[in-house]
Amino acid sequence: MAFYVVQFLTGLASAASLFLVASGLSIIFGVTRIVNFAHGAFYMLGAYVAFTLTERFDGAFGFWGGVVAAALAVAAVGVLVEMVLLRRIYHSPELFQLLATFGLTLMVEDLVVLIWGPDDLLGRRAPGFKGAVDFFGQNIPSYDLFLIVLGPVVLGVLWLLFQRTRWGILVRAATQDRDMVAALGVNQKWLFTSVFALGVFLAALGGALQIPRDAVNHAMDLRVIVEVFVVVVIGGLGSITGAFVAAVLVSELNAFGILIFPKISIILVFLVMAVVLIVRPWGLFGKPEAPARRTPGLTVNPWRPLTTNERFAAIAALLIAAALPLFGGNYVLTVGSEIAIFVIFAVSLHFLMSVGGLASFGHAAYFGLGAYGVALLAKMAGLPMIGCLVLGPLLGLLGAAVFGFFAVQLSGVYFAMLTLAFAQIVWSIAFQWVSVTGGDNGILGVWPSSWAASPSHFYWLSLGIAALAVVILRIIVFSPFGFALRATRDSPLRSEAIGINGKRIQWTAFVIAGTVAGLAGALFAYLKGSVFPDNMGISLSVDALVMVLLGGVETVSGAVIGAIVYKALNIWLVSQTDLSKLVLGAFVVLIVVAFPKGIVGTFETLLNRRRNSSSSNSLVASPIETAE
Amino acid sequence: MSMAPTLLSVEGLTKSYGGVHAVRNVSFELRAGEILALIGPNGAGKSTCFNVLNGQIIPDSGRVRVLNQETTGKKPRVIWRMGVGRTFQITATFPTMTVRENVQVALVSHGERLFNLWASTAAYARDEAGRLLDLVGMGAYAERPCGELAYGDLKRLELAIALANQPKLLLMDEPTAGMAPRERIELMRLTARIAREQSIGVLFTEHDMDVVFEHSDRVLVLNRGTLIAEGSPEEVRGNAQVRAIYLGEGLLYDARHREGAPA
Repeated sequence: MAFYVVQFLTGLASAASLFLVASGLSIIFGVTRIVNFAHGAFYMLGAYVAFTLTERFDGAFGFWGGVVAAALAVAAVGVLVEMVLLRRIYHSPELFQLLATFGLTLMVEDLVVLIWGPDDLLGRRAPGFKGAVDFFGQNIPSYDLFLIVLGPVVLGVLWLLFQRTRWGILVRAATQDRDMVAALGVNQKWLFTSVFALGVFLAALGGALQIPRDAVNHAMDLRVIVEVFVVVVIGGLGSITGAFVAAVLVSELNAFGILIFPKISIILVFLVMAVVLIVRPWGLFGKPEAPARRTPGLTVNPWRPLTTNERFAAIAALLIAAALPLFGGNYVLTVGSEIAIFVIFAVSLHFLMSVGGLASFGHAAYFGLGAYGVALLAKMAGLPMIGCLVLGPLLGLLGAAVFGFFAVQLSGVYFAMLTLAFAQIVWSIAFQWVSVTGGDNGILGVWPSSWAASPSHFYWLSLGIAALAVVILRIIVFSPFGFALRATRDSPLRSEAIGINGKRIQWTAFVIAGTVAGLAGALFAYLKGSVFPDNMGISLSVDALVMVLLGGVETVSGAVIGAIVYKALNIWLVSQTDLSKLVLGAFVVLIVVAFPKGIVGTFETLLNRRRNSSSSNSLVASPIETAE
Repeated sequence: MSMAPTLLSVEGLTKSYGGVHAVRNVSFELRAGEILALIGPNGAGKSTCFNVLNGQIIPDSGRVRVLNQETTGKKPRVIWRMGVGRTFQITATFPTMTVRENVQVALVSHGERLFNLWASTAAYARDEAGRLLDLVGMGAYAERPCGELAYGDLKRLELAIALANQPKLLLMDEPTAGMAPRERIELMRLTARIAREQSIGVLFTEHDMDVVFEHSDRVLVLNRGTLIAEGSPEEVRGNAQVRAIYLGEGLLYDARHREGAPA
């Protein structure tokens, strides 16, 4: 019995940090409507800075002063980020805000390694809380008891801050209607900045307070951000009480989940989240979301199928690509195959994101499921390559069918958070379920059959499947289903009023996208000859998002160009620098701020501008054109 | 002329939020080809009534029947399939599609082709969409991006979309809100003509009394959730209770149109 009580208290102690980070995220979202993906990065920075300060300064004052100073210092960084970056994108579509803050996360990950090194750092114990309390023969660290008390205290302080101070009233007013607050003459800029600073302060404090409990490392940002997303999805985004209750719930589920499913404890949290989403889609304490800003929102050019000339051009480009084995060596062909595979992956996400308006931040899950599907079929069932390529992606389909069902119940930022959380869950299963997936060691020796084994044959196979995938998805875009999907994206209200079951349409689109991603993953497993948990990792999901963004979110097939350019750059970059995340993150931020239409989108705009400027002669010219 | 069949029948509709009765025991009927206006001051329960009819709110008690089929508690998309078209107070269309495509999507849905992954939508019911657009006077705009349309044209496009499933009943929530006076008259004339020709029943809410008295066959007056008057525009205009509770504007209307006195 005592054991369970101790387990319960451990859970409560973990909840404190989680609550600090989640409440910060909620407060920022409430006022600025930005889901700050970089929140985990600020949490991690808080821990690293606190580590340095507490090492430098001795004694109780050195420790506690260091923790608070670290949180303040990181909050100052937050202010800088808000003023330089976020102020530029408050009016951008949600997708861009999510991506920009995600790019920031990537940059911080590399910066942290650059400054503090790649190894785990063990921090000092907290002065005054070094011992343990004996509880019926079980030890409870006294620092845990401190954290258990701290959580409700912070909740109380925040409550007082928002209920009793002028600033708090302004923040609550802005949460309800920021335009009204601006109309009343409140300086919005500084209100936003101060709110962001408070949110970042809480995240950094959460990180700093973790150093006596956990080693500081450069992967803690993603671990915490996924848990925080789960917390705010359960508790309701924008509610501080919700964040507290859900943080306790999630921490307890984790604490006891380990006893029930030692290998895959995260399953329990997932099940609870699924139940909450079905019963209360906006979380236990959340309110229904205002209609999301449309994900694409830069232009209103209606899409059209390719003209005959454009089709010939596409076929010519394909033929040139198919001639690559005549010039290139084996390395070039392997790179070519990889690019073709990533074209498939990118167009599958593009279908979901641009056509369906559903920006998935965990699309790699289905890529990885396809890869693991192939590896398991090949190693365990000993199926030949053709069989694996056909059946492997079905694992992606299955995953997309299950997760997609829940994900499409939500939209906008909730959808993004949920898909990311699902992908992390799939990743942890691959990582933890060692007896089946091999865990970190992956599954090795997945080689293609002899007919596809040579680099040129495998390249042609990948290229052919990529071309097929692009063509099929294009056909679907212009099919009645594609129109129904776009209708649901454009106006959920109107599409429901003309008999369209939007959720079912979106679910179907999710399954289609997941299956195609699974196909890409299946090919990828054969290309590499192995699969690893990283094949479904977050950075791969971000890669896909960047490819779509780079090509142009609002185009029909921009993802093809985006994938080719990005993958080629990426392969080159990784060979040139160790700081690929830093460069990649900066690149993402740059695209969002300076280049939101992407390559193809910008090209189309230029083309349209030229067409419009020459429109005076177009009436005369058009009969001749048609005659040709 | 024989009585047209009853299209819509509402019996004992009641809905309250907390202690407030938004709608209390409201009953009325609507016949084919009839244009019925639902009016009342702000907070009278018009929107609640309307949202129950189109399936967005489930009433506490009472029944709604369309063509003798129960619709109470059904989803908007199901009610649409029973032959109820609707337009919104703030237009809802698909801004990234062309005007024609907007109508084509509705036709695709009406033809139960939503899950067809292979056919070309451009070819689907192209002429039918063109006919509907011609009907509302939007034929010339068929290939324009919907996102570029002026507000009055969006209202007409919405009407074309609403007509795509050959509805028996048309629900229009403040159809002329936000429009210029001349556009209002044109839109309501158009609606009335289509309703008469195709014998569609129309129920609309409206704040503009000129529009109400000019274009409706019958008027329902709601006040604080209760139906306080019902009858022809003349009867309602003459109703003392309606004048007392609500129609300050009705007097102005009378004054302007009957006596020509300055307002």
